Amino acid sequence: MQPSAEVLYRQMYKSRRFEEAVTELWNDGHISAEMHLSKGEEAIVAGVVDHVTDGDALALEHRGTAPLVMRGVDLALLIKEFMGLEDGLCRGMGGHMHLFSPEHLAASSGIVGASGPAACGFAFAAQHLRPGKVAVAFFGEGAMNQGMLMESMNLASAWSLPVIFVCKDNGMAITTPSNEVTGGDLLKRARGLGAHAISLDGTDVNEVWRAAREAFVRAREGGGPTFLHATCVHPDGHLLGDPLLRIVRKPVRELKSRVAPLMKAATTGGSSLSEKAASLGSIVDMLGRASKADRQGASDPVEQQRPQLSISDAQRADLEREVDAEVQDAVAAALRSKEARG
Amino acid sequence: MKTMSFAGAIEDALMKAMSEDPRIVVFGEDVHSIRMNLFAKFGEMRVRSTPISESAFLGAAVTASMAGLRPVVELLMIDFVAVGVDALVNHAAKLEGFSGGRWKAPMVVRASCGGGYGDGGQHEQSLWGWLAQIPGLKVVVPSNPADAGGLMLSAIQDEGPVIYLEHKLLADYWIDGLADGGRTNLDYDIPEAGARGEVPRTWEPIPIGEAKVLRDGNDLTMVSVGVSVHRCLEAATQLAEHGVQAGVIDLRSIAPLDTDAVCRAVERTGRLLVVDEDYKHFSLSGELAAVVMEAGITAQFARVCVEDTIPFDRRREAEALPNVARILEAASGLRA
Ligand SMILES: Cc1ncc(C[n+]2csc(CCOP(=O)(O)OP(=O)(O)O)c2C)c(N)n1
Repeated sequence: MQPSAEVLYRQMYKSRRFEEAVTELWNDGHISAEMHLSKGEEAIVAGVVDHVTDGDALALEHRGTAPLVMRGVDLALLIKEFMGLEDGLCRGMGGHMHLFSPEHLAASSGIVGASGPAACGFAFAAQHLRPGKVAVAFFGEGAMNQGMLMESMNLASAWSLPVIFVCKDNGMAITTPSNEVTGGDLLKRARGLGAHAISLDGTDVNEVWRAAREAFVRAREGGGPTFLHATCVHPDGHLLGDPLLRIVRKPVRELKSRVAPLMKAATTGGSSLSEKAASLGSIVDMLGRASKADRQGASDPVEQQRPQLSISDAQRADLEREVDAEVQDAVAAALRSKEARG
Repeated sequence: MKTMSFAGAIEDALMKAMSEDPRIVVFGEDVHSIRMNLFAKFGEMRVRSTPISESAFLGAAVTASMAGLRPVVELLMIDFVAVGVDALVNHAAKLEGFSGGRWKAPMVVRASCGGGYGDGGQHEQSLWGWLAQIPGLKVVVPSNPADAGGLMLSAIQDEGPVIYLEHKLLADYWIDGLADGGRTNLDYDIPEAGARGEVPRTWEPIPIGEAKVLRDGNDLTMVSVGVSVHRCLEAATQLAEHGVQAGVIDLRSIAPLDTDAVCRAVERTGRLLVVDEDYKHFSLSGELAAVVMEAGITAQFARVCVEDTIPFDRRREAEALPNVARILEAASGLRA
């Protein structure tokens, strides 16, 4: 039975607030290097993870935060991991791209496409050791062009493995529009490899939940893999401090050092005028797309779920306060731990 | 003399080469934005973004080069070579041998490498020893702008496959994009002389396989490559204050390895200290020990390398990577 709207809302709200807190910590320099958020993907993750029970496995990529938050991993453990502290989820050894939780059979990789084979292995182990259990692979549409992921779909079909392949399609891989480097149609591709395949609006958690239910039932009953293709938007770009978004948000500052060499390159020598004009055109397009996505905002999956709630505004405010407090406690615990470390 | 940034020097040399030779093409993920200037100058047919399909586009680079192009194929990070390494190990490297010397693959694989900014053990590896082990692959690792430009020219002109590694701490755009992301509240131990420096008025190729003696010293020979070269120079300065004269050799290329330069120096000092950001075991450092022994030189040996998966935590990361303190400690062990 579908859980109440509040349950899914709470999951998405929690993930969102958690990642907002992470963003602040990152801005303040508590977290080093790259940080890829799941922001914008909450409905996909919530709609899928709601079906996950103990013994099911999660194969995660560089946006593994939301699945683990929604799976119930301790928030303070996650933040401490992001901060590289010894008492983090993985003792500060992995960071946000390499999150592991053996209790949840959850393993991440920063290698694009690696969640495909990972899910197959988890699913094969389930066939042997945990009949009825499944493995979920999360990945972006860019990863669909990675050989190992396509191979995994075939392997899962050939062996009838209980895998749910979840493609979170935001249309972009770092700065490359995926439609410019992808041949054919992703649904047909998955079907060609023998998976059941379905397309959905990844900002609608209820739609995702219903499609995921079918996929989980099929997998648990031995019916083989399903490919869920869900669209979404990443409002903060590829990673925090996304260079394209920085240009779009602070053009004068960010473009100052870039424009002169670019113009020099474009106006001297090289290829024909028309080819150079095409290049400049596509650079402008790239910035235009980033700017448009930034200005418009997206159909926000968290906000979209609000009208579905059957609780009063006051009850919703209570729910949100409770989650906010949980997030704040986790941040405070992590900062205390960092301070104690000296 | 002009000065340039490390990244600027690579781009300048590459741009010059591309202007002169229409066979040179650049492809890899996101090159339309990472190499925006090249993209603007040479257009999409010569600077082409790929899908995230390392095995396909690395494999394609091999035959594109066999068929007359000069590809500079880009992996964002050398860690990702693992996905497509078959193209290099079993194909690019083997072609000359298999064809009885009748066919070669003149391609460059360009990738960032190295750590020191807190990105974790899957995005900060060096892996040059791993690649250099395969006969038929050349591997170059510049430590400063002048070498970066000159070695890029040589890599492009070489008739076989060359892996060209640029350390992220030296290339400002990697630090900006991967580490800072617009923040100004984090510090990195960036060697100034590596990140910016003098370059020749016009680029000339620097022969691959020639090490450079950066500092003479009769007591001890330090051999290194990439960012670690600068750590060695810093350590050598400190050692000199204590009366120890340490020489520093920048290998510049791992394969082929300039064994003569190393042996000449170690013969004199009798002490070899290898400082290598790559893994310790089955490695460049082990190879150098073997080279010296094979030459019949009696020498003390020590090495400062990465020994395990690089920790994400910046504090433990700093201890895991070669640093001046570790070098000094290893050096003092040799003197005893
Ligand atoms: C094998 C490999 N190649 C390249 C990268 C660099 N990289 C990290 S994320 C990314 C884009 C991934 O795009 P997509 O799969 O659509 O996921 P998204 O980041 O858009 O969620 C790339 C190219 C990598 N991590 N691993």
